[in-house]
Amino acid sequence: MQVVAFWVLAVGAVAGGVAVFVVDSMARATFALLVSFLCVGGTLSLIELQYLGVLVVLMMIMEMLIMAVFMIMYMMNPAGLMPMTMVHNPRGAAAVAGSVFAGLAAGVFLTPWPDRRGTPPPDPTRALGEAIMGPKMLVMMVIGVAILATMIASVVLATHRGRYDRHGDELRERRPADPGGGGA
Amino acid sequence: MSLEAFLLSASALFAVGLYGALSQQSIVMLMMGLELMVNGIVVAGAAFWFHVSPTEPDGQVVVLVAITVMALEMAMGFAVVTALFRARDVDVTDDAGDLRG
Repeated sequence: MQVVAFWVLAVGAVAGGVAVFVVDSMARATFALLVSFLCVGGTLSLIELQYLGVLVVLMMIMEMLIMAVFMIMYMMNPAGLMPMTMVHNPRGAAAVAGSVFAGLAAGVFLTPWPDRRGTPPPDPTRALGEAIMGPKMLVMMVIGVAILATMIASVVLATHRGRYDRHGDELRERRPADPGGGGA
Repeated sequence: MSLEAFLLSASALFAVGLYGALSQQSIVMLMMGLELMVNGIVVAGAAFWFHVSPTEPDGQVVVLVAITVMALEMAMGFAVVTALFRARDVDVTDDAGDLRG
């Protein structure tokens, strides 16, 4: 039963990923990506990682909803009312992606993977919590700094007077002439 | 559910994401490709934890880091798109080629 569920979820995840680049609408592409993430969340739940599975599901639902808003803000065809193709060199990209998949798949089956050592703890979530609050705390500290840096950087980039409109040290001066264009 | 099955699924997700990251003109669609690639890493990290060393939480930590990376990538990507769009009305990669260093 678990094997069937795994393959259904695995095929669903990959099919959702493929659909992202096939469907005509940006909004549909966003929800196809969400389907892929939901399937991956289900896959994690199959191997006793219920906490991480639920984390993926909840985070990605919120992330894709935000992404859908940005899609509708920026995209020419958010609702799929007309055919949409926005690709460059799709054959080259498909060839590279196909080669990478073939290489990875060959590696998966040719590599002598080590045998399993031990069995999962009764509560993997507790083990994860103890790890990130103990021996892996440096990882979480770095993640915390990265999140803070991202918050600051994204606000600075997205503000009206950002990288492309800076006025130098003197904010009252006129906008500087920019021979290169773009204001950088 | 063998380790190979999980890794094959992860490889497929990574390859599909790579196709999107290489081929898409829209910056937001490109970001979707990157997210799919990280999605593959999530599956692979979890599979290694379960099938190789479930007593050590390293695989779970990798998954946690990958999930965080997805969120950060999206936040920074949208900020860059917003800055680009505000400055030049550009939302496709081909028109942002002069960002190269």
